[in-house]
Amino acid sequence: MNTRQGTEAAGGGQFQRVGEQSRPVVAFFLDGRPASALLGDTVLTAVLTQARSVRRNEFSQQPRAGFCVMGACQDCWMKTADGRTVRACSTPIAPGMQLLSGVAQETP
Amino acid sequence: MSSFIGTDVVIIGGGIVGGSAALALRRKGLQVVLLERDFCGSRSSGINFGGVRRQGRPLSQLPLSQRAHEIWGRLAEHIGIDGEYQRCGHLKLARTEAEMQALVEYERRTQGHGLGLEIIGRNALRQRFAGIGDDVIGGSLCPEDGQANPRLVAPAFARAAQALGAQVFEQSAMRSVAFDGSRFVVETVQGLTIKADAVLNSAGAWSGSLAAQFADGVDMVSRHPSMGVTEPLPFLLPWSLGVEGGNIYCRQVARGNLVFGGGLGHAVDADRARAQSATLLSQFARIAQIVPAFAGASILRTWSGAEGYLPDKLPVMGASRHQAGLFHAFGFAGAGFQIGPAVGEVMAELIADGKAATPIDAFSLQRFPASSLPPERTA
Amino acid sequence: MSHSHHLPPVVVGAGPAGVRAACTLVQHGLAPIVIDESPASGGQIYRRQPAGFTRPGAALYGFEAPKATALHQDFDAIQVQVDYRAGSLVWSARPGTLDVWSIAADTSRTLDWSQIIVATGATDRVLPVPGWTLPGVYTLGGAQVALKYQACAVGRRVVFAGSGPLLYLVAYQYAKAGVEVAAVIDNARLADQAASLIDMARQPKTLLKGMYYVAWLQARGIPILRNARLTEVAGQAQVQGVSWQRNGGDGAVNFIACDAVALGYALRSETQLADLLECEFSFDALNRAHLPRRDAAGRASTPGVYLAGDGAGIMGADAAELAGERAALALLADRGIEVSDARTALLDRRLAGLAKWRRGIEAAFPFPADWARSAPDHLVVCRCENITAGELRTVAKDTGASELNRLKALSRVGMGRCQGRMCAAAAAEILAEVVRVPVHQVGRIRAQAPIKPLPMTVRIEDEAP
Repeated sequence: MNTRQGTEAAGGGQFQRVGEQSRPVVAFFLDGRPASALLGDTVLTAVLTQARSVRRNEFSQQPRAGFCVMGACQDCWMKTADGRTVRACSTPIAPGMQLLSGVAQETP
Repeated sequence: MSSFIGTDVVIIGGGIVGGSAALALRRKGLQVVLLERDFCGSRSSGINFGGVRRQGRPLSQLPLSQRAHEIWGRLAEHIGIDGEYQRCGHLKLARTEAEMQALVEYERRTQGHGLGLEIIGRNALRQRFAGIGDDVIGGSLCPEDGQANPRLVAPAFARAAQALGAQVFEQSAMRSVAFDGSRFVVETVQGLTIKADAVLNSAGAWSGSLAAQFADGVDMVSRHPSMGVTEPLPFLLPWSLGVEGGNIYCRQVARGNLVFGGGLGHAVDADRARAQSATLLSQFARIAQIVPAFAGASILRTWSGAEGYLPDKLPVMGASRHQAGLFHAFGFAGAGFQIGPAVGEVMAELIADGKAATPIDAFSLQRFPASSLPPERTA
Repeated sequence: MSHSHHLPPVVVGAGPAGVRAACTLVQHGLAPIVIDESPASGGQIYRRQPAGFTRPGAALYGFEAPKATALHQDFDAIQVQVDYRAGSLVWSARPGTLDVWSIAADTSRTLDWSQIIVATGATDRVLPVPGWTLPGVYTLGGAQVALKYQACAVGRRVVFAGSGPLLYLVAYQYAKAGVEVAAVIDNARLADQAASLIDMARQPKTLLKGMYYVAWLQARGIPILRNARLTEVAGQAQVQGVSWQRNGGDGAVNFIACDAVALGYALRSETQLADLLECEFSFDALNRAHLPRRDAAGRASTPGVYLAGDGAGIMGADAAELAGERAALALLADRGIEVSDARTALLDRRLAGLAKWRRGIEAAFPFPADWARSAPDHLVVCRCENITAGELRTVAKDTGASELNRLKALSRVGMGRCQGRMCAAAAAEILAEVVRVPVHQVGRIRAQAPIKPLPMTVRIEDEAP
């Protein structure tokens, strides 16, 4: 089973919650599968509390999981199913968001 | 007694024209000193769109442009790198019937010049590229035109010349030039003195003052393009795109970024220019209009530069009116990248052999009345 | 000297410097425009948690809680008197005009200005290490933001590495939050810190706090490895551990298992806006960076531009608050508004004292000047474009490039989405080493608009009345 996908209880993801867990749940989709986060989470937190990466670098093809968490490194951009992109660390998670992580970038 | 460098030709300006002239002169066995006030190929030759394009040029430029096309086809042989050059094709789009008519008219006028233009109608275009915007009604394709990376190509000409023995001095602006009766004496801001039999003025948008000093002044204006580039995107655009009328052009590089331009930036001072924010925002709308798939991309960088324009938008190429040994090649109106390699060769022929193998009469300085206009203005 | 200024002053950045600047302007009767990229005031260090989070200030800011709370309250108190544009990014600028992107609305508008306080702050200064692009590697500041802003640790078992006071602070904050801190690896030597005690003792409370963090970590058996640095972050698709080595030691490489790394070597200033405003820059040896020049009050070389806080040279949050107020007083005086000479003099004295402390910090946690020499060719320097140290060296040698913008044009370093933020310092070190010149001689990456990536969906905001 690919532990990146799907909603895990504790531990499946990179980020570990250390508190503030009594917040309303926000349902969203990660790579087409239902997932849940807490209201006030950024997209980065929402994804990384249950997964290990948010995107692939188009040149190395390797997974990335953000870096600076403050909108500087630009290494956490994710695509949404409706064709937009969001900078995960500075975008609040919203109900119904459809986030895509391992997008194949074509390079000739 | 101060020391000086004696040489056959001193070239002022290390862009693609100066660099290719230096290379060509070395191949003819002449001694060359190339002076560049910044880094070779870092000005207009390095900041332009990177379109390697014959289509759209006035007929008078086509022989030179065809000659350059052959050089581009052997670029790696010439300068040691491929410069990311690709013959991906240049597709010029029409969004109105009038624009389409202009494309058809140009195709007709240029038959026989070797461009191989193909007029493509609305449906055929969509069959080739479903992602073209709805407003586009057709286009004119030049299949062997293409794109390259100007940041790599322009400096490589100067380096190739240097590898063949040209003396190249960067960050060495010319402080003064004079003719002492038998030779030109050029001094640089670094304190270098060069004595040469000939001078080639290929200082781009800044050529005017040197020209004026020898009574070759022309009414040249600096224009500043407004350029930008996006983040890397999934590759989908096979051609370099332009539009009839020229208010938007874009090309997608192999790494996926979209490079684009169209409209004007502005000068910060005599040496620096920047893209304009208002121009940029309208470029976004035009890009979305011609290739809707790019509409959501982010841009990472904008830039500009200075390009010299003469009143008829043709360059000056040729000998000085009065000063023997002085030659000019400037004023390429933002379209010097593709023809630059041939311009250099032709100037080398003129300087070394006394005549050019490719017709350049249309670019003679004599077409302008001799005057004492101020050297350069900014549009 | 006063010019007639009809436009409200503009403050860019709502961190400690920007907030104090705005408050000072309001105190003197002006109604500034305050533009900030974040949704709430506080900057990075005093970043406010999202609505619905309940932790008290002490949990978020520790010893700094009173300062953070005061800053937030003071800014909240003036909100009706300022034109506060949160969630807005100044993406381009030139003398006289700014371009501001309202992020949520995705619209852009121009804003005329005659006086502007640039308080754009800083981000972590990063020196790459092999493996630093693996999922699980974050900056020290990033690890802190995750904890402070999202109540998340960046991993279960975290190694902290690099140097600087932030190294110990974040490790302490993590350990206090119950996260396993596997080790703190500090490039600086204890001797460096001992030698700087006198200068650092100018700010005794700050020094004591620093010592407290270290002692607290040591008391809990957390290894503090000094005069050491990472040689590699190991792992396939995520962090699995780090290799580290003592500087100048016998070369023995040790391994520590972990699932996250937080690294950083102090901070780097966000100078892009000052650059686009055509401020003159000069190399600052203390910060090992080219910074916009400012006078003691914060005036930049461009008329009407004032610089305050970390955005024009790292000074710390306390100094940033003072610098914000001082710059506002300069702005007011230049506008012909009377300001207190006594207050101005006091701020100048305190800032001068903090500058000495700052020099002490730099001596205690020096930049690893030998970093470039030890960077292996396979090290990825530009993480956006995936460009290695070896490629940079090859391009520099093959082309003769000796200047950073030239290296960028020819190698693509700094051409990625981060626009050089994460890689420029390292690229400069590598280039300087190849060319064999002091690092200041290779120059700095010239800022180009947009200051941050700008989506092409943005539309001009209607100027309808």
